[in-house]
Amino acid sequence: MDRSSHSRSRRLAPIVAVAAAAALTLAGCSSSSGGKKSEEGGAAASAGKASTPRMTVALVTHQSPGDTFWDIVRKGAQAAADKDNIKLVYSADPNAGNQANLVQNAIDQKVDGIAVTLAKPDAMKDVVGKADAAKIPIVGLNSGLSDWKKLGLLEFFGQDETVAGEALGNRLNSEGAKKVVCVIQEQGNVGLTQRCDGVKKTFSGTTETLYVDGTSPTAVKSTITAKLTQDKAIDHVVTLGAPIALIAGQSVSDAGSKAKVATFDLNKDLTTAISKGTIEFAVDQQPYLQGYLAIDSLWLYKNNGNYMGGGEQPVLTGPAFVDKSNVDKVAAFAAKGTR
Amino acid sequence: MSQQAQPAVATPPAPGPKEKDGRTAQRPLALRILARPDVGVFLGAVAVYVFFLVAAPPVREAGSMANILYQSSTIGIMALPVALLMIGGEFDLSAGVAVITSALTAAMLSYQLTLNVWAGVIVALVVSLAIGFLNGWLVVRTGLPSFLITLGSFLILQGVNLAVTKLVTGNVATDDISNMDGFDQAKAVFASSFDIGGVQVKITIFWWLFFAAIATWVLLRTRYGNWTFAVGGNKDSARAVGVPVNFTKISLFMLVGFGAWFVGMHQLFSFNTVQSGEGVGQELIYISAAVIGGCLLTGGAGSAIGPVFGAFMFGMVQQGIVYAGWNPDWFKAFLGVMLLGAVMINLWVQRTATRR
Repeated sequence: MDRSSHSRSRRLAPIVAVAAAAALTLAGCSSSSGGKKSEEGGAAASAGKASTPRMTVALVTHQSPGDTFWDIVRKGAQAAADKDNIKLVYSADPNAGNQANLVQNAIDQKVDGIAVTLAKPDAMKDVVGKADAAKIPIVGLNSGLSDWKKLGLLEFFGQDETVAGEALGNRLNSEGAKKVVCVIQEQGNVGLTQRCDGVKKTFSGTTETLYVDGTSPTAVKSTITAKLTQDKAIDHVVTLGAPIALIAGQSVSDAGSKAKVATFDLNKDLTTAISKGTIEFAVDQQPYLQGYLAIDSLWLYKNNGNYMGGGEQPVLTGPAFVDKSNVDKVAAFAAKGTR
Repeated sequence: MSQQAQPAVATPPAPGPKEKDGRTAQRPLALRILARPDVGVFLGAVAVYVFFLVAAPPVREAGSMANILYQSSTIGIMALPVALLMIGGEFDLSAGVAVITSALTAAMLSYQLTLNVWAGVIVALVVSLAIGFLNGWLVVRTGLPSFLITLGSFLILQGVNLAVTKLVTGNVATDDISNMDGFDQAKAVFASSFDIGGVQVKITIFWWLFFAAIATWVLLRTRYGNWTFAVGGNKDSARAVGVPVNFTKISLFMLVGFGAWFVGMHQLFSFNTVQSGEGVGQELIYISAAVIGGCLLTGGAGSAIGPVFGAFMFGMVQQGIVYAGWNPDWFKAFLGVMLLGAVMINLWVQRTATRR
């Protein structure tokens, strides 16, 4: 025992030496352009803090891990929570049954309020009823515009996916588009399908659907390239998420196509692409606002009995268009990861 | 390439009445070639290719072929080490997310410390090899099935990818590194494309074939290749005849780490940023390509050239359906049916050829 541990520590010495040498070497090869050092500092939007008693609010979404969009929702929710002296408990699961369990978990924790997305409303019905029975105020955000009232939620913050799709379809009409391919990165997702259906409804040209494997960027790239080669008449590619739009931009140049790219949702790199002109425009549903308002509304309800939207109407956060004419205003906020 | 291993036959075998003893008779050359594990998948790939040539006119263009091969190469580069590992009798379920881990490491290290991107690339290689080493070391040390060990590392890496990225960058994707020193050089190595006869061909295709050639040579012509087959066939007998079992297994896992690093670097330098949640589920595609390519799930048999055709088949079917312009709602179902069909052809060819 003793001997082996001795020899191991002796074996460790060269490793430590190599690691130290490597660290020194690394320090020597710094980049003269880009990187963290060139990043501009900027104060995050922050207000004072409320003096109301500390409360706990659960935000339960159907986020799939690592999605940039939901990260922004969460940042908005956190900002509201910090301002309102709220402890925010965030949880998420793309599987509807698991999401319902997470809501149940929040009820069991006896939180003071719940904000929930209704991607699959039927699966959430029971657990929303249980929250009501436990006298926990519950509000909806992002998806579930047609169901939130039926389920008895207090308020709703989001964008009607179909309306957003229709707005994008109209915009394509005014751009003079003739043939559009709508790229869905997750087959069977209700919200994504509604967006494409909305586009189809108002767009006067032809709309085709294309499914890609959202977990593999190389597969997304070559599948869109394949589609553009197969059908040379396509003049616009519509994507349903910012990362997919950026990849679609590469596919367009790979395929030697003249097609333009339009997308739903924003992120930092996408605003850069819009100002460069590689992406034509984006439909923004303001995810930060969805998270922020959902949490803030629960605070207002608890402390002042207010209903946003009067308890009758949903609060719409989109669709707002971001294109070359207004991208500069948005870009600074997108760079901080809040737009 | 695989045919090299087949001893050349100078004279055609003499069948029929001249034979005295059936047991020592040479079976016809065609049948012996067909009996090789990688020929079945070769024929399957040809069948799929011909099918789409007929069904999807755009596939006939050279540019489309370059695109299909590109898709195949990104699967194929990882399918190779995964296949070698399977021949060696082990699985690696963490292969899909390990690609992203590697890309995230390089991107975040370079960006956060404002280093030349090559520094990030080298550190990512070290991290990837270390993950492979850890997987392998745990497997040989504990004797637990690699399925369990790597299922664990799959989940760990998935969580670490997200949590560390969020912790370091404040977002769930890394920052754009395309304007940093060394990016263009690294892009030339990992993600450039060449003009061949007016067609843009991606460099990954050449790397893929290069790695496949090396892997074939190692498997068939070196001692390490023999060790790989031996530890996958029967670990204890292999150890008894003096094969360094632990070394072989750990190094095979590290080879998967190397593959993950390479594909990760390709993704980073072609897309400039990395999404931390990507890669989940890709490990099954790599394993499928290896299995379609004739690697046994139980280990001890397979080839390096088989998975090349396996990956090609995957890429061909995935893109062919789009080129054919079929109703995309059926996409996954088509993919499944085509793959199952291809595997069946593969199996049937082998059975027919080896029947005595």
